[in-house]
This record gives sequence, C-alpha cells and structure tokens, in this order.
Amino acid sequence: MADKTTIIVQSGDMDKLYSALIVSNGSLAMGMEVSLYFTFWGLLRLKKGGLEKGPLSKMHFLGLGKKMMLGRMKKNNVASLERLMADFKELGGKIIACEMTMDIMGLKRSDLIEDIIDDYGAVGTYIQEARQSAITLFI
Amino acid sequence: MAEIYVDVRGETCPVPLVEMRKAVRRAQPGDVIAITGNNAASKKEIPMAADALSLAVTSIEEQDGTWTIKIQK
Repeated sequence: MADKTTIIVQSGDMDKLYSALIVSNGSLAMGMEVSLYFTFWGLLRLKKGGLEKGPLSKMHFLGLGKKMMLGRMKKNNVASLERLMADFKELGGKIIACEMTMDIMGLKRSDLIEDIIDDYGAVGTYIQEARQSAITLFI
Repeated sequence: MAEIYVDVRGETCPVPLVEMRKAVRRAQPGDVIAITGNNAASKKEIPMAADALSLAVTSIEEQDGTWTIKIQK
C-alpha cells in the first residue's frame, strides 16, 4: 500500500472542508501524497471565490453561528481555508474535480478556480487514486 | 551546512507541521532545521513527522512552554 491519502470531499460545509484540508496537509507534511476528489456540494467550494463560502454543518443559524465560530478560530490563530489551500498546493497536493457534478450544476471549467485543479474526472479516476492509498476518507 | 530557523510561535495545527515540511523541502542535505513554537501537540508530532520522513531529531528543548526542535536533513 502506497503512502497516499485520498479523500472524497462531498460536503461543501466550512467545518468539513477544514477537516479535509487539515488531514491533507498533515499527510503532506509527513511525506505522503494526497489527492482530493471534489464532488457534489464540495465542488461548489472550488467555484471562483467559493472556498470560504461554506456554511457550518451544525449551528449555522443563518450565518450567525459561522460568524461566531470564525471569531473563535481567529482568536485561536487557526489558519484560513485560503492559507490551508495555498499550503496544500505548495506541498504538492492534487485536486480532482468531478465532471458529472459540473454537468449537473451547469459549471464550466472557467467557473472554477482552474489554477488549483490538476485533473477533471469521474469515478474511475477516483478508484485509480484510492486503490493505491493507505488512507481513504469520505468527508 | 546551514541552520534554518522556523518560527511557529502562536501557530496551531496543522501549521507547525506544514512549515516544518516546507523548510525540510528547501534545505540541503546536512542542513539543520530549528523549529520554535508553543503548540503542545506539535512538540509531540514534529518528531513523529521527522521519523516518517526518515530524518533525525538532534535535540528537543523546552522552556516555559516554548520549545525548539532541531532536525537534520
């Protein structure tokens, strides 16, 4: 089994994207390869300007809960999603966008943050990545 | 052989690990990377990461909650 982490990012929720990127960056820091497969609501976070737009998965309260959470995170010096994503790319992390989700949601490549996306694919692309991975997660 | 300093005081998970990794990537073989921080979990995990990367930890010092870990590339 190769030293690789593959994660399906299906949720577009802010807190879950944090989970995905923190696990990813930890994996990269410890010498593993990482592929993130963005699908469904997760793919919306790859829209231009969409990275930080996700709601909280619980206690969102029309944005008030998210605002409070972001305040507490800032107080504890937690890095922004933009920063985590920049670190992810700098350490060689790979991003795959689900083409079927793009069709369903009517998204063109030009709607997405193209410069961070390494590949566009379907389930076969994910399986090829996941079958060689020691860690696979669905978030 | 150079000594590279990485200051992650005030930073929390996963930034200390990531900054350590960035510095290791930039370093030349033989260089020493000295990481200073105060996140308690990172003090435990940076040596774990060094081990995963097959790098030797040459020293770990701590004073008043601030630690410095040295890693040789």
